[in-house]
Amino acid sequence: MASKTNKALFEAEKQLEKTEEQFSMLQILNEDGEVVNEAAMPQLSDEQLQELMRRMVYTRILDQRSISLNRQGRLGFYAPTAGQEASQLASQFALEKEDFILPGYRDVPQMIWHGLPLYQAFLFSRGHFKGNQIPEGVNVISPQIIIGAQIVQAAGVALGMKKRKQKSVAITYTGDGGASQGDFYEGMNFAGAFKAPAIFVVQNNRFAISTPVEKQSAAKTIAQKAVAAGIPGIQVDGMDPLAVYVAVREARERAINGEGPTLVETLTYRYGPHTMAGDDPTRYRTTDLDNEWERKDPLVRFRKFLDKKGIWNEEMENEVIENAKEDIKEAIKKADDTPKQTVTDLISNMYEELPNNLKEQYDIYKEKESK
Amino acid sequence: MAQMTMIQAITDALRTELRNDPDVLVFGEDVGVNGGVFRATEGLQKEFGEDRVFDTPLAESGIGGLAIGLGLQGFRPVMEIQFFGFVFEVMDSISGQMARMRYRSGGRYHSPVTIRSPFGGGVHTPELHADSLEGLMVQQPGLKVVIPSTPYDAKGLLISAIRDNDPVIFLEHMKLYRSFRQEVPEEEYTIPLGKADVKREGTDLTIVTYGAMVQESLKAAEELAKEGHSVEVIDLRTVAPIDIEAIVASVEKTGRAIVVQEAQRQAGVGANIVAEINDRAILNLEAPVLRVTAPDTVFAFSQAEAVWLPNYKDIIDTANKVLSF
Repeated sequence: MASKTNKALFEAEKQLEKTEEQFSMLQILNEDGEVVNEAAMPQLSDEQLQELMRRMVYTRILDQRSISLNRQGRLGFYAPTAGQEASQLASQFALEKEDFILPGYRDVPQMIWHGLPLYQAFLFSRGHFKGNQIPEGVNVISPQIIIGAQIVQAAGVALGMKKRKQKSVAITYTGDGGASQGDFYEGMNFAGAFKAPAIFVVQNNRFAISTPVEKQSAAKTIAQKAVAAGIPGIQVDGMDPLAVYVAVREARERAINGEGPTLVETLTYRYGPHTMAGDDPTRYRTTDLDNEWERKDPLVRFRKFLDKKGIWNEEMENEVIENAKEDIKEAIKKADDTPKQTVTDLISNMYEELPNNLKEQYDIYKEKESK
Repeated sequence: MAQMTMIQAITDALRTELRNDPDVLVFGEDVGVNGGVFRATEGLQKEFGEDRVFDTPLAESGIGGLAIGLGLQGFRPVMEIQFFGFVFEVMDSISGQMARMRYRSGGRYHSPVTIRSPFGGGVHTPELHADSLEGLMVQQPGLKVVIPSTPYDAKGLLISAIRDNDPVIFLEHMKLYRSFRQEVPEEEYTIPLGKADVKREGTDLTIVTYGAMVQESLKAAEELAKEGHSVEVIDLRTVAPIDIEAIVASVEKTGRAIVVQEAQRQAGVGANIVAEINDRAILNLEAPVLRVTAPDTVFAFSQAEAVWLPNYKDIIDTANKVLSF
């Protein structure tokens, strides 16, 4: 009797189903590069479409070279990005210069396309403070290592923009694992409560190191976590540059019109390991799964799409590849030429005005460094 | 001049800086229309509006992140943590993030944040309200930690803290909020951070202390004077960085010292001060530097505060040990 009564009051399964239905995946380009959702097509010129493809190809090369440079010991910390080009670059492509990016540790490509010089990205990887000295006017902050910290900070940046009455947004990225953090919820909830112009992107590549997304949460989508903050959430095909672009562009429109934040979940995949620090994805991923996602490669489908429009060819792609390789070579050279760090450098960056203990230690190390 | 309690002096400092600098923002849990759980922000939202003085959702980590983000947008955030026992929720935003902002960005960004938070025993608060956790914060490079003990110091130090372009933790002892009044200038003034203050001059023994233990130390010094001992009481006012110069100058004069803190012996900043004295003035010492602290247990259940918290009697006992060593 009791259970019958409860069921009448509270239809648990239906409630979950109804919630999940509201977060079905937005896709515009299928795996063959065919437009499957004409109504959602973003307004992009041929030049813009070509530029987006250039950036994606360039970034794939950057990833390949970074892995190789890391293996040669010429780069340090590196979190591979191959597979996430649509998710990372089409979302950045939807931004304006005045928008502020708070990246996670895998989100170096967005910073580069927002204006961070490549050699500085390499210095970040190696562990040199000059890599984090973002040029004035480039609205990004260095990659966040504490998963979730960027989310609460983004709420603050967005509130600041709202208070200054700027027509700009704060955008931040985390992964599927990151959506389990307290700061993920707090950041979204704060931005919602303050109706701040923030975009929260969760790049769901199905794995947090070795832990599959199913072990992070019983929720069927990450997008639906927006409901807890009372803000809109959308799940998009993260291997589809047009779907990612249009979702972020629309979230941006809402934000600058004072309608508050949005959560965007991109379904994506990293072809490489978690980081280059000894992670071996064959321990936790099957070849079948890898093959399934390689068929979804954002470059493949976008190439087909542009090819059919007659605005992309092999020659153009090879030119991008050569340019990328050239740029990377120069950037590594510039990173090599950067003066080594000293302890007095590190001390000098601690405070505007050094407290007594650091003044004393500065003198000690100055003396050491002069020998 | 006006007779003010410490809480009034704090409100006065906040009002002064809200007036002086349009980028100053005051926010936290119940600091707006309610005026704060201790009335520290009373009347400020009414005077400066909801855009400047506002409530937040109940989430300390979010408040810390909000302060960092607002700092990145050129604001000067003054955030409140309702009780410092709740700092554990926001340790990453403080120690992991804002303390490192200037360094990690090579000076490109900074965090001009002031964190106000009450702490301290003697007023029978419930669990995790009164704990002295300044010792955790002083171990984090990039922070400054200020603990005033008088209304006059509170106002001048808070104005300095807010104007500082690096993060400052400003800890307000609950027992001192309304325990006495003092003449406080109505106009603005600053007290430099990192500078101690000699609250009583003496020649036989140096007491280095801060927070509520300043009043206890002064009381002890008064008693010790009756026995013919001349005790100097140094109020650190800033516990990170420590004013080593002032401490060493006093120890060189007296040749004997004790350090008094409300925190447990394994916590606080006492051990740090003893080590600095040993490094810099050992040849001046007539006796070892001893410490007065709480016992190394979790903060007392409220009914046990009286037997647990250090007081002037403990200070007299330890002073006598050092004086007769």
